Amino acid sequence: MDRVWNRGEQDRQARLARARAAGLGRIVDAARIGELLRAVLVSGDRLCIEGNNQKHADFLAESLAQADPAHLHDLHVVQSNLALPCHLDVFERGIAKRLDFCYSGDQGLRMARLVKEGRIEIGAIHTYLELYSRYFVDLTPRVAFVAAQSADREGNLYTGPNTEDTPAVVEGTAFKSGIVIAQVNELVERVPRVDVPADWVSFVVKAPRPHYIEPIFTRDPANITEIQVLMAMMVVKGIYAPYEVARLNHGIGFDTAAIELILPTYAESLGLKGKICRYMTVNPCPTLIPAIESGWVEGIHCAGSELGMEAYTAARPDVFFNGPDGSMRSNRVFCQLAGHYADLFIGSTLQVDPEGNSSTATASRIAGFGGAPNFGCESRGRRHVSRPWLKAGLEAARPAGGTMPRGRKLVVQMVETFREKMQPTFVEKLDAWKLMDEFGLDLPPVMVYGDDVTHFVTEEGIAHLHRCATVAEREQAVRGIAGYTPVGLARDHAAVERLRERGIVQRPADLGIDPRLATRDLLAARSIKDLVRWSGGLYDPPRRFRNW
Amino acid sequence: MEHLVFEFGPFPDRPRPAASVIVGVVGSGNLEALCEPAPLGGRLRVEVNSSVHGFGKTWEAVLGDFANRVRTPDLLVTINDAGATPAVVGLRLAQAAAELGVA
Repeated sequence: MDRVWNRGEQDRQARLARARAAGLGRIVDAARIGELLRAVLVSGDRLCIEGNNQKHADFLAESLAQADPAHLHDLHVVQSNLALPCHLDVFERGIAKRLDFCYSGDQGLRMARLVKEGRIEIGAIHTYLELYSRYFVDLTPRVAFVAAQSADREGNLYTGPNTEDTPAVVEGTAFKSGIVIAQVNELVERVPRVDVPADWVSFVVKAPRPHYIEPIFTRDPANITEIQVLMAMMVVKGIYAPYEVARLNHGIGFDTAAIELILPTYAESLGLKGKICRYMTVNPCPTLIPAIESGWVEGIHCAGSELGMEAYTAARPDVFFNGPDGSMRSNRVFCQLAGHYADLFIGSTLQVDPEGNSSTATASRIAGFGGAPNFGCESRGRRHVSRPWLKAGLEAARPAGGTMPRGRKLVVQMVETFREKMQPTFVEKLDAWKLMDEFGLDLPPVMVYGDDVTHFVTEEGIAHLHRCATVAEREQAVRGIAGYTPVGLARDHAAVERLRERGIVQRPADLGIDPRLATRDLLAARSIKDLVRWSGGLYDPPRRFRNW
Repeated sequence: MEHLVFEFGPFPDRPRPAASVIVGVVGSGNLEALCEPAPLGGRLRVEVNSSVHGFGKTWEAVLGDFANRVRTPDLLVTINDAGATPAVVGLRLAQAAAELGVA
């Protein structure tokens, strides 16, 4: 009996034939998108809607949400970010049923309701790398919707600086006999560069309006507080300097923006130029401009781009990864990998428990964590040696009886002890536990586990958690920098003093930091306009960030 | 407006403040602290005028730690607070202590 080995390809050809029979060619008119979706989508299909951190195939997603659920239903959506109402309309209307995703941000509340109503069956909440990987294992899309800047008549795609997840989505689909539909902002004679070759693309639609994109990495320096400046000083003097951290990954909050903005001032005064922060895996955050311009940061690989930074990144090809056409190309998979194997990750969080576990999960929302868990974890498969990795590894407490030396990644969490409205950041029990009960999850949704963290930084001090030999010691180190929160007030004062004598808890004074320097004057740029000035006019901030 | 008064010490045989110092500004989420020498029988006194009610215990803890750190006799600290977090209070007091030369 002859076995058929190309069922996928036969199925693909049948779908393409249905589109041809409907009179649809490779370039499809936006007005006929409904016909295209009817021709190539089948109930029960696994569908990837490109929903990245920033760029979204929003026209295709909206068109899908208008499909007739009597004809098209039970889709299994595999999508990294659900950011737009139409992404959930697809479930509310009964077109899709099952969902594997990474992050839902602002849609988290509605997502939670739809899960409770049984309209969404969650396969799993992944991190980015886990979901992209599964595209190449058992969550391979039959059909993928992607977004690009432009296409030529052949179907070659130019993604522009916001390449993001497109390569992973397209490769997983096109190389497993799937159908790739691209929405583009413009059809051109010749694309500036080929980011996706035409023979991987089945259909191209020029969308009625440019794809949705969100400037989520722009932090206005005007909103950076003196406490953030103080904490940034502590990070530079207490962590970056002694470990000589040259290759690192920054989060995207105001805390890390403050670090970026004191490199040309405070870090310069400490003589650290050329020793720290030379290579970064991070988006082109506008607050990096002064550090780039003054020669601190030599190389940056980006997961995505940032609105307004296009001309600036294009003009700095020695720093960014730009194509032969001159414009930047981002790639979330490579950036996530580079960040995972960097020497240090630093980011913020919303809640921390006494074991040092932290989470941004809050009550009644299903939001996920995107990429933070892969950045904010020990990279246990790492073997190459660097000074910071070796230092952290050698000073880390070893399990009792263990003899084998190894290195360790620096994972730093930077938080103020209280958030807005006097909400304590430090809590005895994470809300994640409540969320687990409420939604019947197998585990509490923890973003960064305490045993992966090497350092916690608050305005009260630095806790060197990796040097704590026991969970009890780690708990006192966390309480020791938790300030006047209930968790902090419940500390064992004598135990914390002993940790301080061993340098496991360090106060700003122990680091020789003059609190009088912790003012906004230390920021190399104090406004968006300052950033524009530093960039020589190349940075073109979105209107919402302009007050001139 | 809440008015709170705390006294710590006495701190005998410790240097008295030589001059007056003012740090910070009264603005949302911020505070000003005026530190000046005063005849307090060797004690350190803090008077707090806060726009926010109900944080007496937190003030007591923050100011108690400050007093134990600087241990300065005959120092009167007047705080005009517009909803500063303990982080901001701590930073302002640390700045004042550095200015007074008692940090």
